[in-house]
Amino acid sequence: MNVVVCLKQVPDTETVIKIAEDGKTIVTDDIKWVMNPYDEFAVEEGLRIKEAHGGEVTVVSVGPKRVTEALRTALAMGADKAVLVEDESLYWTDPMIFARILAKVVEPMNPDIILFGQRAVDDDCGIVGSAVAELLGLPQLSVVTKLEISDGKVTVHRPVEGQTLVISSSMPVVVTAGKGLNEPRYASLPGIMKAKKKPLDVKTVDELGVELSPTMEITALSPPPERAPGKKIEGETPEELAANLAKALHEEAKVI
Amino acid sequence: MAGVWIIAEHRDGAFRKITFEVASAGRKVADELGTELVAVVLGNGMKDACAELGKYGVDKVLYADGEVFEPYTTDAYSSAIASLAKDRSPDVILMGASMQGKDLGGRLAAKLGVGIAVDCTKLEVADGKLVPTRPIYAGKVYATVALHHTPQIASLRPNVFDVVEKQGAAEIEEVSPEVGEVKTKVEEIIKEEGGKIDLTEAEIIVSGGRGMKNAENFKILEELAEVLGAAVGASRAAVDAGWRPHGDQVGQTGKVVTPNLYIACGISGAIQHLAGMGSSKLIVAINKDPDAPIHSKADYSVVADLFQVVPAFTEECKKIKASQ
Repeated sequence: MNVVVCLKQVPDTETVIKIAEDGKTIVTDDIKWVMNPYDEFAVEEGLRIKEAHGGEVTVVSVGPKRVTEALRTALAMGADKAVLVEDESLYWTDPMIFARILAKVVEPMNPDIILFGQRAVDDDCGIVGSAVAELLGLPQLSVVTKLEISDGKVTVHRPVEGQTLVISSSMPVVVTAGKGLNEPRYASLPGIMKAKKKPLDVKTVDELGVELSPTMEITALSPPPERAPGKKIEGETPEELAANLAKALHEEAKVI
Repeated sequence: MAGVWIIAEHRDGAFRKITFEVASAGRKVADELGTELVAVVLGNGMKDACAELGKYGVDKVLYADGEVFEPYTTDAYSSAIASLAKDRSPDVILMGASMQGKDLGGRLAAKLGVGIAVDCTKLEVADGKLVPTRPIYAGKVYATVALHHTPQIASLRPNVFDVVEKQGAAEIEEVSPEVGEVKTKVEEIIKEEGGKIDLTEAEIIVSGGRGMKNAENFKILEELAEVLGAAVGASRAAVDAGWRPHGDQVGQTGKVVTPNLYIACGISGAIQHLAGMGSSKLIVAINKDPDAPIHSKADYSVVADLFQVVPAFTEECKKIKASQ
């Protein structure tokens, strides 16, 4: 089984996001960069597919040189090799551009399955997986929490509002990982040592010949809408607090 | 004037609420652009239901009938809508940022070679163009987005845009779009027990964190949720401890929710949780620690032991419900 996992490096979820002076990008000075949490599920699933069916796991990413760290993490978890399309300008960009680049890199690898995290927790778009699937003419299975491969067919569980869909697909296929798909392993110390020697191929956008004109651009960033200051519910006993809260929600806020 | 399109979503022969939210928002955009509002309905035997969309401002329905459209598949929907859009060149295409819309949007945009703004919370029109705003970093900042190509595609976060009812019935035109090869198959639909409300669509959420101490204690939140018709959510701490399933997690690495009322019980308010629920219309925090960050986000703070207050509050809610 030839498995490709596409991943992104994002600010750690504990990061306080500050708007930069240009009003349309963020301050990146003090950010701790990590592998996108959903991509950890994708890497883990890729490794489990290899363990069950044999084959090879290649991890691919796009972005500045620092993204190498996220790829090394995936190699330390057990991936066999990595490819980075390195470009300092490719962080704050249109996901459709990422998709064009990834499709170009992945296509000649002839993968049986291409895994993504269901969305990156920075731009929250969640469209790169389906755009790559479209560009390569492959079916897509998004936000899956269970995956099985047998007889050249992939079957997944996909929870939607109030239901879980069991969907099957031919291969090759693009799958995006949801939380609950698996419990990602930690990189072991020997794994980290080995990762240093695994192949990490660096490519440039120029050599791939990808068109970089955006379909979408962020024109302004603003802080979240301010909330009015809150009220403390008073009361001597739990019963009194509960009664006063119920009264506030029923009579003042009219939400219950 | 080629129109504003909305992609209707339906289940078991009925339109879902998100369809009415998107129609209502689409009506406003169509009015500002001075064009018509068109709903695209792909279904199997849904034709008679289509007229209802007129009530939410839809002028015209493009209805395509076929077994291939029920249940939804990415391939059938994206190829049919792309084929219609290529023929008729809409200015704007809107859909819900529901699980279906999130699956469809990127695929459709890539098929048409255009951009998409996902999970928008505000739509404006300037210089004859749609200008969407969407939360990023799970709501830590909001981004205003320019979509450079036509059609401009956006998906709308559930529970944010008001449903506006009007007089009127929609004209229905039957269409037969091209449907490409469908490579996936829905083998089975497993319904969740008791018709559980999904967090992203719930009007009220009762949520528990590390302060719940164990899985059994969530029973008191379930009892409150039952009385209020609410969904039960959880913080990452509670999910990682194995007390609640992954699907219940609210936050940057879980679900981003916008209920009318969010009741946080025993949740300290880590930044990644606050990001996921911070745009709830009303927030109640019940936490005995007065310094917990959740209190600073709350509209109503109760500084007390949740194990005493929540059951008493459930009783109060029962009284209110009984009197209604």
